[in-house]
Amino acid sequence: MSVTREQLLDMYRMMSLIRRVEELAAKAYTQRKIIGFCHLYIGMEAVAVGASTALRPDDVVVAAYREHGQILARGVDPKHVFAELFGKDTGTTRGVGGSMHMASREHHFWGGYGIVGGHIPLAAGAAFAAKYRGDDSVALVYFGDGAAQQGVFYEAMELAQLWKLPCIFLCENNYYAMGTSLERQSFLQDMSRRGDGVGMERWQFEAFDAVEVYDNISKAAEHCRSGKGPVIVEGITYRYRGHSMSDPAKYRADGELEEKKQRDGILLAADRLKKEHGVTDDELEAIKADVDKQAQEAYDWAVAQADADPALLYDFTYASEAH
Amino acid sequence: MAKLQLREALRRAMVEEMRRDERVFLMGEEVAYYDGAYKVSQGMLAEFGDKRIIDTPIAENGFTGIAIGAAMAGLRPIVEMMTWNFSLVAYDQIINSAAKIVQMTAGQYQVPIVIRGANGAAEGLGSQHSQALESIYAHFPGLKVISTATPADAYGLLKSAIRDPNPVIFMESELAYGTKGEVPDEEYLIPIGKADLKRDGTDVTLVTWNKQVYNCLTAADELAKHGISAQVLDLRTIRPLDEQALFDAINKTHRMVVVQEGFPFAGVASEIVTRVQETCFDALDAPILRVTNRDINQPYAPHLEKMVLPSVERIVDAARTVCGR
Ligand SMILES: Cc1ncc(C[n+]2csc(CCOP(=O)(O)OP(=O)(O)O)c2C)c(N)n1
Ligand SMILES: [Mg+2]
Repeated sequence: MSVTREQLLDMYRMMSLIRRVEELAAKAYTQRKIIGFCHLYIGMEAVAVGASTALRPDDVVVAAYREHGQILARGVDPKHVFAELFGKDTGTTRGVGGSMHMASREHHFWGGYGIVGGHIPLAAGAAFAAKYRGDDSVALVYFGDGAAQQGVFYEAMELAQLWKLPCIFLCENNYYAMGTSLERQSFLQDMSRRGDGVGMERWQFEAFDAVEVYDNISKAAEHCRSGKGPVIVEGITYRYRGHSMSDPAKYRADGELEEKKQRDGILLAADRLKKEHGVTDDELEAIKADVDKQAQEAYDWAVAQADADPALLYDFTYASEAH
Repeated sequence: MAKLQLREALRRAMVEEMRRDERVFLMGEEVAYYDGAYKVSQGMLAEFGDKRIIDTPIAENGFTGIAIGAAMAGLRPIVEMMTWNFSLVAYDQIINSAAKIVQMTAGQYQVPIVIRGANGAAEGLGSQHSQALESIYAHFPGLKVISTATPADAYGLLKSAIRDPNPVIFMESELAYGTKGEVPDEEYLIPIGKADLKRDGTDVTLVTWNKQVYNCLTAADELAKHGISAQVLDLRTIRPLDEQALFDAINKTHRMVVVQEGFPFAGVASEIVTRVQETCFDALDAPILRVTNRDINQPYAPHLEKMVLPSVERIVDAARTVCGR
C-alpha cells in the first residue's frame, strides 16, 4: 500500500474540498461575482491531489488556467482562492490575477498561465535552477492534451532532456481542448509518446484514482531526483463541466459523461477507505460536511473582504527590490 | 437594409467570398465543429464542409506558417486567431515570413492571407487575454492592418482584405461581436486605407478606431452638453494610414484627441500625433492629447480594469482640455 490511511483520508478531504469550492465558484459566476474566463477542475481532482501528495513542499509547480484545484491541492487556503476570484485585495494575487492567474510563492506555486503551452518551459527553467543550485527539488508542470500540440512544448522537452533537468511534464489528458476532442487534434492519442522524439522517459496512466496518481508521480519524482533527467507522464482524466463557464459542452457523445463519472476520484477514494481501511460511511459523511462548511466559510469570508486596492494599480509593473 | 451583428457581418463577408472564389478557405481553432469560439463562423462548416472550414490543433505558429505557405502557393487563406493575444505565438511567422516575402523574393511571391480575430480587452480576462495589439503589427512594412468593430465597415473591409494580394491583419472585438448595425443588402467593398467620419463637428476631432468608436460617439454627445462640437474620425485601417483624412481634420477643427486602446508607449496614437504635427503644425491650436490604456498590464478586478482602459470620461476630459473649456 503506497499511501497511509491518514494520507488517503487527507486526499479524500482535499478532493472533496476542491469540488465544493468549484461548485461554489460556478454559482458565484452565474451571479457575476466572478467575471472573465473561469475554468473548473471538477472531475479532475484526483490528478492534482495525487500529484501534490507525491511532491515535496520545496518542489515547484507550474500550472495553466484550470488551476483552482491545483493551487488548493498545494495547500493554499480556499479563502484566498475565493478572494482572488472575487477581485479582492486578499486574493492569491491581490485581485490582479483573477481565475487564470493565481500564484503562491510560499507554496512554490508559480501560477496560473493563460497562453496555452506558454507555461511549460517555465517549469523546465525551475528545474534548470534546481540543478544549477545543486539541490534535489524537482519541478512539475500540469498541461493539457491541447497544450501538447504547441511547438514550445517540444522545445522545452528537448532542452530538458538534453540538459537532464529534473522536470516532470504531467499531461492532464482530459480528452478535450475546448470543443475539440483528442482524435481531432492529434494523430497520436498517447501524448506521453511526444517524449519519444527526444528520447525521454515516458509513460501513460489512468488518473481517476488519486492513489494511482500518487504512485506514478512518486515514481516520476524519484527518477528526476536521482539525476536521471526529466520524464513525461500522461494521466488520463476527464472534466465534467464545459471548458469554461461559457461552454455548454454540447460536443460530448451521449452517455460519455455518465460513464466517466463511474470512475469519479472521490468515489474511488471513498471505496478504498472503506474496503482497505475500514472507514465508515458516517466518517466519510462527517468529512464531507466539514469540507462543505470550510468552503462556505471561506466563500463568506472572501465576499466580505475589501476590493483590490486601486492605490496598488501601478505597483506590479516592475519589481522594486530584488528578492 | 438589414441590421446585422458584427459577427454576422463578418460571416457574410467570408461566406460571399468563399462562394465566389474556390481558393478561399477558413482555418483556426474551433472554427468548424464548434461553430467558432465567438460564433463568427457559425454554420459555415455546414455550407462548405471540412475541406474549407478547417479546425486546427492549438499550434498557432505551425498553422499560421502553413497558411502562409498555402498563400504563396496561390490559395487565399483566412486564418482565425481565437484572439489576437494568441497570435504572439505565431508572431515569428507573421513578421519574419508573411510581412517580408514579397520583398525577399523581389515580388516573385505574394502572401494573400487574412489573419483575423478578436482584439482588445473584453471583461475581466486579465493580463494575458486583454491586449490590443494594433501597434505591434502596424510597426511592420509589408503588413496591412485593419481594426474595426462596426458591422458595415467590417463587412466591406473584410471582403477587400480577402481580395488583397498582401497579408492583412484584421482586428475585431469580442465585446462588439453582438453589436448590431445597418449593413446594406447589396454587395459592396470598402477600400483599405480610408478613414470614415462617423460624426461631423467643428471644435475638436476625436481620432479612433475599433470599439473605441462607440466610446467616442458617446463622448461627443457628452461634449455637446458642454457646448463643444466634436467630430469622430474612425480610421478603420491603421496601415496604410489615411494621412489625408487626419490632415483635413486638423485643418478643420485645429484640435485633436487620439483615442487608442492599448499601451501608450510607441503606440499607433503616438504615430498619428507625430505625423499630424510634422505636417500641420501651423493648424494646431493646442497640443494633441492621447487617451490610451494606462501604461500597465491589465488587472483582473473590474474596478481596476475600468481605471486602466480608455473611458468616455477620460475622452471627455481630454477633449475639454484641448478646447480649454
Ligand atoms: C496560445 C493560445 N491559443 C488558444 C487559446 C484558447 N484556449 C484556451 S484553453 C484552450 C484549450 C486547451 O486545452 P487543453 O490544453 O487540453 O487544456 P484543458 O482546457 O483541457 O485543461 C484553448 C484553445 C489560448 N488560451 N492560448
Ligand atoms: Mg484538455
